[in-house]
Amino acid sequence: MTETSAVTPQPTMPWQATTRKKVATLMSLVISAVVSFVIVLVTGLAGVDGFALTFFGVSFLAVAIRTFRLDSKKRKDAFVTVAIIATAVLAFSPWMSIFGSVIIKGLRGLRPNFLYETMQTTTPDDELSLGGAGHAIVGSAIMVVIATAITLPLGILSGVYLTEVRGRLTFLVRFVVQSMSGVPSIVAGLFIYTTFVNFTNAFSGMAGALALAILMLPTVARTAEEVLKLVPDDLRSASYALGARQWRTSLMVVLPTVRSGLTTASILGVARVIGETAPLLLTSLSKDSFVFNPFGGPTGSLPTYVFGLLQIGTENAINRAWAGALVLMLIVFILFSSARLIGGKDKR
Amino acid sequence: MSSVSATAQTPEPRELSIIYNRADRVFRRIVTTGALTSLILLGLIGMFLFVRSAQIFNDRGLKFLTGANWTAGSGDGVIPDDFSIGPMLTGTILVAFIALLIAMPLAIGGALYIEFYAAKGVRKVLTTLLDLAAAIPSLIFGLWGVAIFTEFGERWSTLLNSRLGWVPFIKVQNELFGRSPFVAGCVLASLIVPIITSVSREVFSRTPRDLIDTCYALGGSRWGAIRTVVLPFGKSGVIGGAMLGLGRALGETVAVYLLLNLVFRYNFRILESEGGNIASLIATKFGEATEYELKALVAAGFVLFLLTLVVNMVAASIVQRSTVRK
Repeated sequence: MTETSAVTPQPTMPWQATTRKKVATLMSLVISAVVSFVIVLVTGLAGVDGFALTFFGVSFLAVAIRTFRLDSKKRKDAFVTVAIIATAVLAFSPWMSIFGSVIIKGLRGLRPNFLYETMQTTTPDDELSLGGAGHAIVGSAIMVVIATAITLPLGILSGVYLTEVRGRLTFLVRFVVQSMSGVPSIVAGLFIYTTFVNFTNAFSGMAGALALAILMLPTVARTAEEVLKLVPDDLRSASYALGARQWRTSLMVVLPTVRSGLTTASILGVARVIGETAPLLLTSLSKDSFVFNPFGGPTGSLPTYVFGLLQIGTENAINRAWAGALVLMLIVFILFSSARLIGGKDKR
Repeated sequence: MSSVSATAQTPEPRELSIIYNRADRVFRRIVTTGALTSLILLGLIGMFLFVRSAQIFNDRGLKFLTGANWTAGSGDGVIPDDFSIGPMLTGTILVAFIALLIAMPLAIGGALYIEFYAAKGVRKVLTTLLDLAAAIPSLIFGLWGVAIFTEFGERWSTLLNSRLGWVPFIKVQNELFGRSPFVAGCVLASLIVPIITSVSREVFSRTPRDLIDTCYALGGSRWGAIRTVVLPFGKSGVIGGAMLGLGRALGETVAVYLLLNLVFRYNFRILESEGGNIASLIATKFGEATEYELKALVAAGFVLFLLTLVVNMVAASIVQRSTVRK
């Protein structure tokens, strides 16, 4: 009796790495790092990229040594693991670098006055404590609000068509929305230029908003479809069973349940277009002072403000451009987190 | 016997017919009209761009696509207008393909890493960051390219030129290296990597878990499972994602404008600091264009529109097919 209880097998997880293996991996990483550091010091390989390259080379060597006695399958697996981690690091490093540089360089150029002053009496070369992007932020906000007001209803209608009405053109509509999301932003700007700007004979914030709306529509429509798809069919059946017609079911049962999802849709749409520069270069141009009237001629916006500063290229102008980039990134970040927050509420 | 008769008595589901009353029909018509706006809009974009630039296609015909000059005439007819987009068309394709070539392995490696190698916590963080990275405006990529990446790009170019100078595409005439198709292509690659990665990761995550487990149970390694199950399963999705990225790279304006010297000459030497693409041509020439030149720019935009539309339609059909199946 005691014997059988003694041999009761403990559950083991042979596929998990043992502590010894983990330590060995860590050690070989550290040794590779040190070796490649020495190689970089001795040879002429310069910079972060040189170090990374040597490090991957040395890691391959380390893996080759460690798996020398294993069979070919395990050796291949180990090599591929190193290779995949290396490409992943290479793939993620640009945007990590972007996040880092925008935050560091942006904070250096950011002053409180950047958020509410304009460039009306300031040249880009002046001290950073003078002037700001207030006019650009206001301009961007106005254009984005107008663009949302246009695209949200259209996006919802298209979502409702794809999930509720399900007419004959369902496939076509979905296909067109998908391919429209790839229309180059400059083409959208050119279209509004050849139509709206030519007809009204003036560049304006309204023209910019229309161009942004074209780019926003696919995002909003697709997200709206995604959220509407999540509504359980039971709700629809229950509504029909109570004698409601399709229009009542859609408008009073289905749509109210996805109110927050539709908010998410419009937020994601705004995040998609807030940084668009190219279409605004052809439609709203730029201006150094506040413009509150959407039809009041050329209007400043955050992207065109940064773009203009980049072309001036002096030191303070570049600093201002980084600050503008930081504000843009913060806006995108805030939009994204609020979309996630609101979207998360929906599922509960 | 009794059980057979019991099943036989199970009533067939009643045939349901839907009768829409007047209110329903009005509702459906309104929704349909709204949903068709995107279709109409797409048609209008193509139509207006074509109508506004018809004169150019009429005047120049196919030479608009193949000619290598963009010269504004003197107005009195001494120097005639000569607008064509040959070098920009090839430049667009060249830069986009460099970007795609660099981005593809990185994106696939990144997606495999997130889905199959990263620890659970790391995976969550990376997926969130990936969404955010896909939303970084291209203007910021351009700024980063000018201020930070150019240094690396020039160093790599120097290295490539000195070691692989005998390859025709790599040899340069002026050893300047900055603002070349290669540098612009690298920045475009980092711009489309998040897009391709998130599509690929999405497809990889749909691989049936039991197929992967079967592979492990048969003694396969992780790479074995990826090679024999995950990659074949996700192939069409990855291709669709790559096409989406290609479409984005073909139409990119600001990043290319900031990172590539616009020179109107056919150039296939990727390290030479000259090139351009249609979108950046439009952004560059728009400000001080004459009326006839504007029409030529609209014509260039129309060509770009058709090019990206074809790429995106192929991408849309591939992505749709690969997501519908599962």
